[in-house]
Amino acid sequence: MAFPEPRPQAPQLPQHLLRTIDCQQGAVRAVRFNADGNYLLSCGSDKSLKLWSVSRGTPLKTYSGHGYEVLDADGSYDNSHLCSCSSDKTVILWDVATGQVTRKLRGHAGKVNCVQFNEEATIILSGSLDGTVRCWDTRSRRFEPIQVLDEARDSVSSLKVAQHELLTGSVDGRVRRYDLRMGQLHVDFISSPITCVCFSQDGQCTLSSSLDSTVRLLDKSTGEMLGEYSGHKMKGYKLDCCLSSKDTHVLSCSEDGHVYFWDLVEGSLSLKLPVGKAVVQSLSFHPTETCLLTAMEGRVQVWGAEPEDTEEDAVAT
Amino acid sequence: LFRFTSDSQTNEPLKKPVPLHEQTVKDEKGRYQRFHGAFTGGFSAGYFNTVGTKEGWAPSTFVSSRQQKVEKKHHARPEDFMDEEDFGEHGIAPREITTSQEFSSSRRDAAGEKARAVHAQAALIPGDTLLEELITPTRSSVGVELLKRMGWREGQGVGPRTKRKARRQQTDGAGGVYGAVLPPAGSEESEDEEEFAPENVTFAPKDVTPGLGYRGLDPGRALLGRAAPEHIDLFRPQSESRSRLFGDAQRGSRRGGVAGQVGTFNGCNGPSTKDASYLGKILEGFTLAQKPSQETTIFPPPSLPRDYRPVHRFRPSVEVLSLSGVSPGGRHQLDSSQRRALLGEDALQGVCPSSVLELLKPEDRERLLSLRNSSSSNLPTPKTQPPASHDALRWAGPAAVAAPVGGVAASSSSASGLQQEALTVWKGVQTSAQTFRPFEKNSSKQARYELYLNRLKQGDKDGLEQSLDPGMTEWERSRERDEFVRASILYRPTASSLSCRFTRAKDPEEDDGSVEVPRDQEGDVDDKQAAVNMKMFGKLTRETFEWYPDKLLCKRFNIPDPYPGCSLVGLPKVKRDKFSVFNFLTVPESRETTAPPKPADAGKRSRWDVSQQKEEEKKEKKEKEKDPLSQLLNDARKQTETKLGQNEEKEEEKEEEEEEEESRPPMDLFKAIFASSSDEKSSSSSEGESDGEAEDKDATEDRGKADTQPLSLFGIPTSIQQTGKNKTVDSIYNGAAGPVSLDGDQ
Repeated sequence: MAFPEPRPQAPQLPQHLLRTIDCQQGAVRAVRFNADGNYLLSCGSDKSLKLWSVSRGTPLKTYSGHGYEVLDADGSYDNSHLCSCSSDKTVILWDVATGQVTRKLRGHAGKVNCVQFNEEATIILSGSLDGTVRCWDTRSRRFEPIQVLDEARDSVSSLKVAQHELLTGSVDGRVRRYDLRMGQLHVDFISSPITCVCFSQDGQCTLSSSLDSTVRLLDKSTGEMLGEYSGHKMKGYKLDCCLSSKDTHVLSCSEDGHVYFWDLVEGSLSLKLPVGKAVVQSLSFHPTETCLLTAMEGRVQVWGAEPEDTEEDAVAT
Repeated sequence: LFRFTSDSQTNEPLKKPVPLHEQTVKDEKGRYQRFHGAFTGGFSAGYFNTVGTKEGWAPSTFVSSRQQKVEKKHHARPEDFMDEEDFGEHGIAPREITTSQEFSSSRRDAAGEKARAVHAQAALIPGDTLLEELITPTRSSVGVELLKRMGWREGQGVGPRTKRKARRQQTDGAGGVYGAVLPPAGSEESEDEEEFAPENVTFAPKDVTPGLGYRGLDPGRALLGRAAPEHIDLFRPQSESRSRLFGDAQRGSRRGGVAGQVGTFNGCNGPSTKDASYLGKILEGFTLAQKPSQETTIFPPPSLPRDYRPVHRFRPSVEVLSLSGVSPGGRHQLDSSQRRALLGEDALQGVCPSSVLELLKPEDRERLLSLRNSSSSNLPTPKTQPPASHDALRWAGPAAVAAPVGGVAASSSSASGLQQEALTVWKGVQTSAQTFRPFEKNSSKQARYELYLNRLKQGDKDGLEQSLDPGMTEWERSRERDEFVRASILYRPTASSLSCRFTRAKDPEEDDGSVEVPRDQEGDVDDKQAAVNMKMFGKLTRETFEWYPDKLLCKRFNIPDPYPGCSLVGLPKVKRDKFSVFNFLTVPESRETTAPPKPADAGKRSRWDVSQQKEEEKKEKKEKEKDPLSQLLNDARKQTETKLGQNEEKEEEKEEEEEEEESRPPMDLFKAIFASSSDEKSSSSSEGESDGEAEDKDATEDRGKADTQPLSLFGIPTSIQQTGKNKTVDSIYNGAAGPVSLDGDQ
């Protein structure tokens, strides 16, 4: 079915620390790669959003305009725009080059946990503590959302968009998948509050981490569980999980200061990457390469498969 | 750096030459013109530049201005197709100001008349022109029309026919009087040869701009200093002859009318004797007055008595304003009881029926009621109408409760819909503060209204009828009913936008006819919780609903609308009777339809997860400890797993499924499990709460080094999620406040 072929050789894991970026923006709430993986966005608790070069670790731009800490961000496919959401209940669409606020979208009744562009960056989707997902139009001048998805009975903690599908995870313990093409809503009950949801790269599976310290891989079409990954600690914080770029491994943050790597097929723990002493707040996997970003306290760390020098050459060329 | 593609390109100026097929030519009105050819240089002569389609005028199609800006309409009016020549003096639509036909004089038609006269001479029948005149009457102006109605004909002068004798008296100036004079009654005399019509009159446009009767200063007369010898005749310069007609006896007679007025205009004031020159014929039976009419004497105002004071005081008969509840709007806004109070009448005691039904015989009444009940069966029936009571607020009696039912039957369905809306709006509102008092002027009415609101808040469906005054007439009651319902909807309590997010705690006493619920509700959490505990994800935990994305959302996602032509958005909702049988059927139904516990995931795991079987066993042990009542199920699953371990082929899996289905425990077991799991759930929820409290403590402890603390969003007491349906507003607010308080960095 949806299982990728097991690889003959062990896939490389980003276990070498390439560099550490001290973001100087308070606690980093989320760290995200841009669409092609050359840049990273760090969301700070000091109301700022920063753009960095991954390869050099240099700050490129600071986007300030939020009224409270920034909780999530995303970049458009063409790198021309950014969107970010904040505890000040707003979603902001930024112009990358000028750093100006292109649009400030208000409407959520609570802080906005997660934000995503759709593929063509025509829609911004934002999930909020008020239990709604709002679909904002970036093409028109309308300041009201096109549609409000209020099916969640509690805070929407995470959402992802893939082609014509929208995946949301909510604190009411349900993963909802809105299939726009079919006009259907699939609700998978997980029972424990969801902290993060992901699509697999092949689009056949969904990954969801929940507060019972478990990451589950579900078949997208039927909702059956394909894998269950545990061992880490996720009890009270909104921590991220993700899949590696080749769908070989499942990654999750942990409150014990590690990032856990499980083999997707076998379900066995393949690496326990020590990041630091505090909680690993956020992580992001490079869209194509073996590169990982982790955020802990005020720092962002870049991890690669090989030690520093070769990696830098590879990025530079 | 980032590539910036989208904005930079649009700002670039166009450098490419415009291709030939995109070159357009517009005329002065902005319409596209089509070239005929390069060499001729002219425009296409076909339909292209005019009507647009080969078939001719294409009917315009309606384009909603909502979707699309209104385009400037081309080729809308016939003028759009005309050029300057057409608008010129000799074109088909001249754009110059000319006298319209209506006001043009008949002089323009002189040539035509001549031609007609010549034609009449040449015609076989000499009176041919007469016929023509009869046939074409409509082109003459209003004045001519009036004249014609008065007997004037074209070719004649204006004025009565005169006998030759009179004419002789009148000398030569009889014709051309522009006065309205009726022809004489004996018009048959006009056949006589002696009679003579006045000369022809022409209607030349007026070329003198001064007003009626104006005459400029005559320098000779002014210099000589003598008064004007006579009143100026407007119409004939030789008015002396006319005055001679009347003789000297009429001199000095004062008369009104045009002549008198003209005299005043002229400035020849005073009771002059010279302005009297009445023109035209005096009507039969009338003669000119011999002596002037008496002047109206103006009396001086009466002398006021000494002690007169210009203040009027009414005798205080009834102090209207002192009466309670009377608005100054007038008696029409009072009801019968108020009018009765105003008049000081006593209340009717029991004798007078308040309803027509009272007047009927009992058997007739029964018959009517049965008829009505068959038509509207859901309404309660009255047995008797109570006697009208004086006290407006005496509705509390049991008879009064049943009283206004006659009005209910009359109320239309729309009114009941409004009532329903009002009920849903006000139900459960616990605001003691009075928001708005719409009937403040009428205290008893306001009291009734407040009673109605109170009943609404309690969710009383018949609150409206019960709060009305049974002593009022049917008409008044129905009017008040409408007012109350409208007011209650208009001044609804200010519900926050969040209120729609909450489900009210269900109260069995509440009698609400129907509730709007999502058509497909998520099934029971207990089943799913059990399935999750058994790690049987799949059909048990998956639910699929119809979901309607917004049209624009589909457009932005570049996908076709899955439900084209459907205006629904979101999950479809239906209005459902609250106590419908189907509401209760859904839960067991879902239990029936959900598949039996399928070992699918177990089977799959066995393919690649053999090494972890020990762990699994451990887990199962744990589960046994945790959940002794699900032990049986686990045993069943274990059996199937061992079987699966033996032979893994898919065909056999099916058989095993069947087997498994056969060996499925009876329904009672499921019930037992689900019941127990709910118990367990409650205990776990309490655990969760304690967890939350512990975290709360942590959070307060960590507040010092807060800024670098990771973000926590999930310190919500889990009881909210667990108790799904029975959410109350309070608990939700707690839930919303939960994570906020847990944020260490605030």
